[in-house]
Amino acid sequence: MSSVPRACAEPTLNPPGWTVLPRNLGPLAVGLALATLLHFGIQPQAGAFPTKVMLDAGINIMLAVSLTLVNGFTGQFSIGHAGFMALGGYAAAAVTYYGSYRLWGSPDFHGGLLSWTVSQGTFHGPLLAGGDGLFLLGCLVGGLVAAGAGYVVGLPSLRLRGDYLAIVTLGFGEIVRVLIQASRHQLFSAEEVRATPLVKLATMLGGSLGFISLPFYTTLFWVYTLTALTLIVTYRIKQSSYGRAFLSIREDETAAEALGVHTTRYKVRAFVLAAFFAGVAGALYAHSIGSINAGELGFQKSFDLVIMVVLGGMGSISGSTLAAILLTILPEALRKVTDYANLYLPPEYALPDLRMIIYSLALILMMILRPQGLLGLHEVWDLWGRRARRARAAPAPAGEGPA
Amino acid sequence: MTPLLEVEHLSVAFGGLRAVQDFNLALAAGDLQGLIGPNGAGKTTVFNLLTGVYRPDRGTVRLEGRTLTGLRPHQVAAAGIARTFQANRLFADLSVLDNVRIGCQLRSARGLTATVFRSSTQVGAERRIRARCEQLLEIFGLAERRDELARNLPYGDQRRVEMARALATEPKVLLLDEPAAGMHPQEKLMLRELIRSVRRQFGVTILLIEHDMGVVMDICERITVLDYGVTIAAGTPQEIQNDPRVIAAYLGTAQAEETSGKSVGGDMAGSSVS
Repeated sequence: MSSVPRACAEPTLNPPGWTVLPRNLGPLAVGLALATLLHFGIQPQAGAFPTKVMLDAGINIMLAVSLTLVNGFTGQFSIGHAGFMALGGYAAAAVTYYGSYRLWGSPDFHGGLLSWTVSQGTFHGPLLAGGDGLFLLGCLVGGLVAAGAGYVVGLPSLRLRGDYLAIVTLGFGEIVRVLIQASRHQLFSAEEVRATPLVKLATMLGGSLGFISLPFYTTLFWVYTLTALTLIVTYRIKQSSYGRAFLSIREDETAAEALGVHTTRYKVRAFVLAAFFAGVAGALYAHSIGSINAGELGFQKSFDLVIMVVLGGMGSISGSTLAAILLTILPEALRKVTDYANLYLPPEYALPDLRMIIYSLALILMMILRPQGLLGLHEVWDLWGRRARRARAAPAPAGEGPA
Repeated sequence: MTPLLEVEHLSVAFGGLRAVQDFNLALAAGDLQGLIGPNGAGKTTVFNLLTGVYRPDRGTVRLEGRTLTGLRPHQVAAAGIARTFQANRLFADLSVLDNVRIGCQLRSARGLTATVFRSSTQVGAERRIRARCEQLLEIFGLAERRDELARNLPYGDQRRVEMARALATEPKVLLLDEPAAGMHPQEKLMLRELIRSVRRQFGVTILLIEHDMGVVMDICERITVLDYGVTIAAGTPQEIQNDPRVIAAYLGTAQAEETSGKSVGGDMAGSSVS
């Protein structure tokens, strides 16, 4: 019969079952070590402002990398990612805020050392406490709520393509914003919270005033632990048959379908996964500034995220990560530059706030010089591999010695 | 014995244009058949009907007795029909290896949980996919080009990647849409051998559309001729070459020229029809 073995013919290629443990605990340990180092090593030394920038960078990495799943891998153009972030953030905020009232009678901080930011004062207590559990539950609920919305938004992507899908996702983001802004007022007393049924509490999100007085749980530890998880999951997807199905849809939907890729199912899956991580990122965001306001999570924020993905290279996880870090730090660094220059300039020549202008110019230049983004489709480490392969394929001609 | 692929009374119309009318075909396991006809005769439409891209107005497609009519393209692929496209539809920005690996996704992909946790069966499955794809590339002479982007390959190589990719889905029936298009004579000779050896090594049944009569007449055991969506002849290469209706369809007759102004088919150029 066939001289080519079928893919299922050789079970001997399966590694032993127990190796699944090091395969998962290894990367997790690296992520935890980094997060622990940042939390206990870097954060006490860094001031409040650098810490804030690092938190934002981590949250933006999660958002940009998750958006890469949809815009980069699957090639669907979503510009409503901030909507998922808002949903996740509000859901998590409702869980921690009203949950704290129900459990402890106040929305104050009830966490342990891992959730404590040193700049708020010294803290004596356990590493983890009940508040942390509530916070992580909030992150999970936020992710799941956003994922549910991702499923709903993913459905039109089965029928719409390109610009039309982009408009639907944009509309989705705005609908979420408007709905949240139309929600009922927030409750500020334990008696009222206890007297209100849970279902009704879920609609009392502060309306256009925003959801405020949230406990601060988001620390570098949680942000970078969850960022590490996001990166591990997305990278593993990219390196598998599962992820290659996403990529095939971006490349050529007709051919993908002819090869047996259930394109509609994979498109919805991409939206659901991306929305989940965006929801978790929204939860972290809400608990890092102690409030969340849907007005700030409109299409402007969605566009910022799309810019990160495009700048990093459509489909590159490390590229999106680098772009997220760069675009978080750049506006802040540029602010410093103008402030510093103004110290030495006579007041009548003082520079106005140029940072948004320079930021825009940097983006325009980038699009002209590298339209495929920083890394195109590749990962940072791919570039090393390619260079090595090229060197092997074409060895330097002998006799041409160095000068 | 029932044939492997059985097509009966297949018809489709696009508005007023009857693209394919009452198309019948039977492929026994191991057959290598051809589908020819002048430009616009409806050959590719037949492929699109067989693979679920278009839904037929009438007629049935059965594979091993199972009715495929009305299934979506990915379901048809899962049932065991793979195809290549007339114009290359490679995943241009992916490597050659990844192009072929996507073909394996159908039979060997694991779920999200297994992927995220890298379960042992998932790692094993990925290894087997890789091993199988490397063998496929070896057979198609593409092993050296494994890591190159598909877009950077010369045209002839791209056509072979497309064939390897279709075979990665482990099909029972392989539909090739003009595999020799754009190839130079030397490549066409190699293609004939390649198609024969693919049938032998993979045990697939092949139906191919081809304009190059040298290739069709040489390798196909049986040929169906379409003209304006109607089957005008079917038989062995010998019979087809001597069929007056086929010659008329391709070269036109004095009468046909006068009545319909049909252009003289240029497709027979360089062919071996005598």
